[in-house]
Amino acid sequence: MTNIVSPVAGAVVSKAPERRDIGIKRRYAAERRFQAYGMAAIAFGLIFLVILLSTVIRQGYTAFQQTAISLPIEFTEKTIDPSNKRATDPSVLVAANYGALLRDAVVKELNINASSRPDVRDASAMLSKGAPIQLRDMVVADPSIIGKTINVTVLADANVDSANKGQIDLSVDEKNRKINDKQVGWMNELKSSGALFKQFNTGLFVNGNSSRPEAAGLGVALIGSLYLMLIVLVLSLPIGVAASIYLEEFAPKNRLTDLIEVNINNLAAVPSIVYGLLGLSVFINFMGMPRSASLVGGLVLTLMTLPTIIIATRAALRAVPPSIRSAALGLGASKMQMVFHHVLPLAMPGILTGTIIGLAHALGETAPLLLIGMVAFVANAPTTPLEPSTALPVQVYMWANEAERAFVERTSGAIIVLLLFLIVMNLGAILLRRRFERRW
Amino acid sequence: MNMLTEAAVEKALDQKMNTVPYKMIGQDVSVYYGEKRALFDVKLNIRENTVTALIGPSGCGKSTFLRSLNRMNDTIDNCRVTGKITLDGDDIYDPDIDVVELRARVGMVFQKPNPFPKTIYENVAYGPRIHGLAKTKADMDQIVETSLQRAGLWNEVKDRVNESGTGLSGGQQQRLCIARAVAVSPEVILMDEPCSALDPIATAKVEELIHELREAYTIVIVTHSMQQAARVSQRTAMFHLGNLVEENDTDKMFTNPDDPRTQDYIMGRFG
Repeated sequence: MTNIVSPVAGAVVSKAPERRDIGIKRRYAAERRFQAYGMAAIAFGLIFLVILLSTVIRQGYTAFQQTAISLPIEFTEKTIDPSNKRATDPSVLVAANYGALLRDAVVKELNINASSRPDVRDASAMLSKGAPIQLRDMVVADPSIIGKTINVTVLADANVDSANKGQIDLSVDEKNRKINDKQVGWMNELKSSGALFKQFNTGLFVNGNSSRPEAAGLGVALIGSLYLMLIVLVLSLPIGVAASIYLEEFAPKNRLTDLIEVNINNLAAVPSIVYGLLGLSVFINFMGMPRSASLVGGLVLTLMTLPTIIIATRAALRAVPPSIRSAALGLGASKMQMVFHHVLPLAMPGILTGTIIGLAHALGETAPLLLIGMVAFVANAPTTPLEPSTALPVQVYMWANEAERAFVERTSGAIIVLLLFLIVMNLGAILLRRRFERRW
Repeated sequence: MNMLTEAAVEKALDQKMNTVPYKMIGQDVSVYYGEKRALFDVKLNIRENTVTALIGPSGCGKSTFLRSLNRMNDTIDNCRVTGKITLDGDDIYDPDIDVVELRARVGMVFQKPNPFPKTIYENVAYGPRIHGLAKTKADMDQIVETSLQRAGLWNEVKDRVNESGTGLSGGQQQRLCIARAVAVSPEVILMDEPCSALDPIATAKVEELIHELREAYTIVIVTHSMQQAARVSQRTAMFHLGNLVEENDTDKMFTNPDDPRTQDYIMGRFG
């Protein structure tokens, strides 16, 4: 037996087996191919991002400027308060015909024959229909201006604004566009005299919604989104962090906690519109909370954000090395001291990052808000979260449904505002992570 | 010459080990991780102001026994300890015993240096603070200084106690951990392979430190290095497969052990 085995064993030791061709070249080629696929995938994604951003910015940047017309308005007493009753009955100032003042001013400015009714009508149409209200507010605030002539800057009508920004194709037949040749001529006349100009569009950030595009703004949506974010932050951060700390550090690992964990992960994957239905049936129908209110929206978005925050917090807690926990316990710290003195501070950057990303997600969420009625037309800024309001993404959705040319640029402008908020929040998350990241 | 006499005195001391009173007594200690039994009825007593080394091959239960001495095993979910362990006569697994107080009396130093990612000062001050050992800032400063001195670290860090503890070298970090354990004035210090992550020079420093600490504290050290056990300990206990094989004076253990398994392990035949 040994005699047979030993020569074989000797042969193995003395001579290495011949090297098999393992295809080194093919392996390198495969690696290069794989890298090329990866780069192609990244390029593909980047191209779409660039297309998206450039489209939005190209269409939207004009929304941050608005055409205005400066006119010398004669606040004649004859038009505002013909029977001189304002001392006894201030309501005449509210009911007065301010449109006539504007009409007279524009007719005078453009030297139009006041007896030509179509011309007068076309000329007045170049001013925003909100302009008379602006004059009314001026007079009500300070009745002493009656009888004086004051230079007032009023918004131009949305069609003049669009034409001024070159968004209306003037080569098509006059009948098929919203602004006629005469108006274009007047517009250019006013422009060369300096009476018509573009100014920064403060109204976009201050005004509520309006059916007149030139006066429509994101004011209500911004306040609504602010309330939503505050409610989501105040509710979901403490609840989410407390739930994660309990699950991660205190709860026994058994079937029940496994089940809870699986369900939290499932909740994170539930479509957001389902949360909207839940909010509608529970908060509005069952608990009787007001419709369209940012409180309900905040509660719904809290439910939606909680799983995200819990998952991020648990991951952050798990990333704290166990040796830190042993060190604290070994010194005689209680479990709670261990968590609050050592584990939580180390997990904080991760928790904050997760929270901000959850908030950013909630900020961009539209579907659940549609179901609880935050899609309403709200013109007045809400003072409390219980009043009707909209949110930024919902405003984008509503404006995207409008027909006027001027709403196209406003939709894109609103998207730019929304994206800016998201970018700022994500930047904040990155900075927080950088700032508080510790090594151990 | 002087060195020789010192060694001789020490040797004489070591041989009188049998008369030193017990600090901790372990009776029929068994530990289960779920269904798996990791320790089998271990009877091991720890003598006061003595360094007791626990040796044995990997997975023999020496760390498990060490961790059951200050109930660190409680932090493992499905771990169960039976039998009886007493500290100065008190059963440490008695439901009335406060585990926080127990861990203040039985401190621990871990295998990997694990300073908190805080300043050196905060690392040492944390224990005294949560146990309320210092009334004033001056008291705390004193405790921090004494502890760092005991750990032989004071001279190296006294100018930068407000710098991060994680910025120290590995050996310094481990001595910081020892200072942190010493700061709460424990009676027993458990060390779980304290030098396994350190280079030989840092190891020598820690061993020297263990030698000095022995005067004030009872020390139990788990080690993989037989030479280290021989160098630092007066008593040695050998574990194998969850059983205590032999416990004896270190000198006898390394020259003339009673159990053939100890002989084999020390000679490097297994483990």
